[in-house]
Amino acid sequence: MANHVIAENYVDFYKEKGKHTGLGAWLLTTDHKRIGIMYLVAIVTFFLVGATLGFLMRLEMLSRGRTIMDPQTYNSLFTLHGLIMIFLFIIPGIPGVFGNFFLPIMLGAKDVAFPRLNLLSWYLYISGGLFAVVSVFLKGGPIDTGWTFYVPYSIRTGTDVSWMILAAFILGLSSIITGLNFITTIHRLRAPGMGWFKMPLFAWALYATAWIQLIATPVVGITLALVAVERLIGIGLFDPSLGGDPILYQHLFWIYAHPAVYIMILPAMGVVSEIIPTFAHRTIFGYKAIAISSLAIAFVGYFVWGHHMFSSGMSDTARWIFSLTTFLVALPSGVKVFNWVATLYKGSIELGTPLLFCMAFIFLFSIGGLTGLVLGALATDIHLTDTYFVVAHFHFVVFGGGGFIFFGALHYWFPKMFGKTYNEKVSKAALGTMVIGFMLLYFTMFILGYEGMPRRYYDYLPQFATLHIVATVGSWILVGGILVMIGNLLVALKKGKKASMNPWGGRTLEWTVPSPPPVENFEEIPVITHGPYDYEYNINGDSDKMEENYH
Amino acid sequence: MNKSAETIMTDKPVIDQHLQGEHEHKDPVGAKMGMWLFLMTELLLFGGMFLIYGTYRYMNPEAFHSAAQELNTIIGTFNTIILLTSSLTVALSITALQKGNRTLSVLLLAITIAFAFWFLINKYFEWSHEIHNGIYPGSSELTNRTNGEILFFGLYYVMTGVHGIHVIIGIVILSFMLAFIVKNKVTPENYIRLEISGLYWHLVDIIWIFLFPLFYLLR
Repeated sequence: MANHVIAENYVDFYKEKGKHTGLGAWLLTTDHKRIGIMYLVAIVTFFLVGATLGFLMRLEMLSRGRTIMDPQTYNSLFTLHGLIMIFLFIIPGIPGVFGNFFLPIMLGAKDVAFPRLNLLSWYLYISGGLFAVVSVFLKGGPIDTGWTFYVPYSIRTGTDVSWMILAAFILGLSSIITGLNFITTIHRLRAPGMGWFKMPLFAWALYATAWIQLIATPVVGITLALVAVERLIGIGLFDPSLGGDPILYQHLFWIYAHPAVYIMILPAMGVVSEIIPTFAHRTIFGYKAIAISSLAIAFVGYFVWGHHMFSSGMSDTARWIFSLTTFLVALPSGVKVFNWVATLYKGSIELGTPLLFCMAFIFLFSIGGLTGLVLGALATDIHLTDTYFVVAHFHFVVFGGGGFIFFGALHYWFPKMFGKTYNEKVSKAALGTMVIGFMLLYFTMFILGYEGMPRRYYDYLPQFATLHIVATVGSWILVGGILVMIGNLLVALKKGKKASMNPWGGRTLEWTVPSPPPVENFEEIPVITHGPYDYEYNINGDSDKMEENYH
Repeated sequence: MNKSAETIMTDKPVIDQHLQGEHEHKDPVGAKMGMWLFLMTELLLFGGMFLIYGTYRYMNPEAFHSAAQELNTIIGTFNTIILLTSSLTVALSITALQKGNRTLSVLLLAITIAFAFWFLINKYFEWSHEIHNGIYPGSSELTNRTNGEILFFGLYYVMTGVHGIHVIIGIVILSFMLAFIVKNKVTPENYIRLEISGLYWHLVDIIWIFLFPLFYLLR
């Protein structure tokens, strides 16, 4: 294969001398790999901020009444925790970091279709983040509406809602630009010979995600903008005293925000579909089923938003239809889980850290998915609406699913991105700690919610005390695991051994270029002759030889 | 034949080798695809507002009917004609450039921009007339009316306002294109930027085509 021929005097993209030097080499770059790294730094920073807020909330819930903060602060904390984790961590997370870094390489391209727009979208992300941070310190105080900005409270509250809405709007624009960049890249820049069904599944997942970003985000953008206009001049569109309908706001909000859930999970599913065949050393089972189920999830995901509003006033017909579509969306998700497990069956499994992340994902995501069905059923939902059960459910799906795989992807591609290896023993111990902490923290919430503990409450009845203490202890273990995991990677950055070109034996194109890749990715654009997970085709022989030329 | 013309002929992305590191793509098909995708998001942005309009019209049919009587159909019709004509001139400007007539292209683009300003000036007079009559969000005249009428005028200001912002953005984009043609950055061989700007301008036009009957003609 042509892409194996790489010049001996290769310079990786960190060392390449471009037009700009110093900080400018980063802030003015249009290289998709540098932009990916810049996303990584920003997104992990915001994740740590969001995690700290969550940690403080749990600390407050350790005992009844006031523990460390007053109720208004608690209201702001759960709002900011939600906004940061959703808009600044999980939605841009995997596409922003790994999509940017790896999509072009996996397609055999030198960059995305619009490199300058790509940089613009990073700047929009950063300015959205800054607006969000600034809004906390303004006169009105940090926003206290919950991340959903429900009217009429978001129109009446004295806190700085408009700034936060501006931030969300800008972040939405950033998301849209990334989405249209990826779609165009996938349509236009696949290497010769790479038909649609020879694309890696991560690219398929990003493709489906990008369509959701494009179709759903504008609706919530204008809806939130209208809330800001409402606060500014009082046009009445969402204000019941002027004839507006708050339920209409909820519909418009969830028309976006439910598909957004799939923006959070689809890329993670794509990463899992990459990691599992690599570590099972086996072709993925049901390639086409996985590829198409991504699109199916994206499509069906548009028709389920009403399940967020079962108790807020809809006709019975609307409710059972939304309940039915909610159950339908479980089908393509189930297809994926079965395909992953079937891929492992009879594979020669190597229990590397990334695979263990995938195992944790399948376990946690399945619990999250199945409890989602409990909430999708009308009768049980009425009992569980707005309780800790819902909180537990979406943390299992979003954090146990998307969040864990964000870090799983980081462990999978870390050697490629930084050219360093990390200590696998420590990373596995950290992951184990995280799973234990996670289960203590969030599984407890299922029980609390079932017993009637309402979400977003500052205080609780005496009978909930024991389980709240268990959950808070779980949060300490979880945070400890996360810190060890990140610390381990930071140590690896400084002291890690040099990584080889293909440490895991992966078959997709990113493993055929050096670690870290050169600026143009490929010396010569590769010609694709076989599928992405073709383990019968032997590339190991010559790729090992190639590595000897490097080191 | 130079590189960009070749690109259009072969319909394949070509990487410009002159710029090392910052490789510049020449992929007009990709550029157009990106613009169409963006236009789709714009349609959905307005789609959200059309949904609100539909819901509230359904809930308040009489109030919407009577409130629409107060809008000035003559100015509305006039603005429709102006925008439609400007869509024609921008399309002609692209064709002129494709055929190598830069002067005509610049002239037609200037006419398009002039039409866009004319549209905004009419809009200004229309809005000032309404505001003079005391019809604006939060005014005592409006708050004394029925909820349906408040919603109608709320939607009227928001939707024509957001459309007006798009007209202003269109003016900025088209002015840049005009400067690019004059400075020879957009040329008869490499006119994709003008072409996708034209697409954007057609979108501004088509959204007005829907706003006009919904606010001015359904009465």
